[in-house]
Amino acid sequence: MPAAGARAGSEPFNLDRPWQLHPQVSVRPERFGALLYHFGTRRLSFLKSPALLTVVRTLGAAPSARAACRSAGLTEAELPAYAAALATLAGSQMICARRPE
Amino acid sequence: MTLPLVAQFQYGLDAPICLTWELTYACNLSCVHCLSSSGRRDPRELTAAECRAVIDELERMQVFYVNIGGGEPTVRPDFWELVDYATAHHVGVKFSTNGVKVTPEIARRLAASDYVDVQISLDGATAEVNDAVRGPGSYATALGAMQNLAAAGFRGFKISVVVTRQNVIQLDEFKAIADRFGAQLRLTRLRPSGRGADVWDELHPTAGQQRQLYDWLVAHGEQVLTGDSFFHLAAFGEALPGLNLCGAGRVVCLIDPVGDVYACPFAIHDSFLAGNVRGPGGFAAVWRESELFAGLRRPQTGGACHSCSAYDSCRGGCMAAKFFTGLPLDGPDPECVKGHGQAALVTVAGAFRPRPFGNHSHRSRPVPVSIGRRPQDRACDESPLAGFRA
Repeated sequence: MPAAGARAGSEPFNLDRPWQLHPQVSVRPERFGALLYHFGTRRLSFLKSPALLTVVRTLGAAPSARAACRSAGLTEAELPAYAAALATLAGSQMICARRPE
Repeated sequence: MTLPLVAQFQYGLDAPICLTWELTYACNLSCVHCLSSSGRRDPRELTAAECRAVIDELERMQVFYVNIGGGEPTVRPDFWELVDYATAHHVGVKFSTNGVKVTPEIARRLAASDYVDVQISLDGATAEVNDAVRGPGSYATALGAMQNLAAAGFRGFKISVVVTRQNVIQLDEFKAIADRFGAQLRLTRLRPSGRGADVWDELHPTAGQQRQLYDWLVAHGEQVLTGDSFFHLAAFGEALPGLNLCGAGRVVCLIDPVGDVYACPFAIHDSFLAGNVRGPGGFAAVWRESELFAGLRRPQTGGACHSCSAYDSCRGGCMAAKFFTGLPLDGPDPECVKGHGQAALVTVAGAFRPRPFGNHSHRSRPVPVSIGRRPQDRACDESPLAGFRA
């Protein structure tokens, strides 16, 4: 499961809008995925899969979260689990919505 | 797919998530339970240039933040400069202070930084209880610093309390103080480390108090930080918020004022000394190559605890607490909630207890006074993993 280690957000995640990593978040790749640290909330979180790390890293340049997931090679069937993980990250402010260009 | 996260952490990471860095043994106070037996500066302490080199290394290793302590770190004349250097190099800073240097001006400066967090130590919700442990006037100093931080608009600074037999009945009062200043309460475990070894028998919470503490922590959830230091209480049932494991040498460690690297801040003893940042290869070599750390990262057997139903919850408790109370490291924690620790302590009573290594106490420090009143019958940075959500 590509779960992220923070409390799940209550709102459904909008895969079709642009997102980005929060500017105050630092990402450290690890064997299991990555550790995330938010300097604003001083919270630590983690990504439990390398594919989720790829998605998170490419979010800021992708037109939508769905596009970032596709570029990372995720299948349609995998999308719901990844959307849930991204929702969790949004709920803990690790990622935030980006204004469409 | 892969190992559970807790297992990943138990087998160690290429770099610590964060670490404790005691910048000086100098301190204006002489707290009776000081983990590092601080008081006097050590002439071999790292220079500012050496500290900056350590920070450069932590930046390269992507250590997210350091928990700076001491002694009293703010009495180092280069302290504020080092804090600025660390944050400019993407190493966040949380520092612990008794508040002695937190003037209105310093408070304004701290409030302006997003990358600095402040922890004010307070071990009693009243001057009577606090000053018996931390020394006369220390309550007023701490409250003054809190007032300055709040007035400067610093939201969410931490009030850090070592839970003792005398203050465990004041948990609601501590919470009220934190709420009054817009701060967050942080409770940590009393360890028999440093001068704490001398007072642990009188100050550590009783078995009944441990239960009350656990219930209080469960009721207050994530509003109250614990530095994950009460994972031995997880054996009561529900796990407490945070990462319930000992991160020593695996995801955290301690750098002491002279550059010695220990497995954790509560284990300043030769047995837990991994190396020195002044050695070849610096801190990274110690972290990655030390035999001691390699041993800690191997699977632990659980020893005498292995057959206990609670072992998966408490993982045998705190290594430092066992060591300095003379208990075997693969046996129960001295505060084991199943009572195995108390039984084990009886068997080692009067036997040799390892002494904390190094003593920088003020030579003229007052003999610890009695706590002033009978312990009531009501009810082990610090894992720097505070706030981690597993």
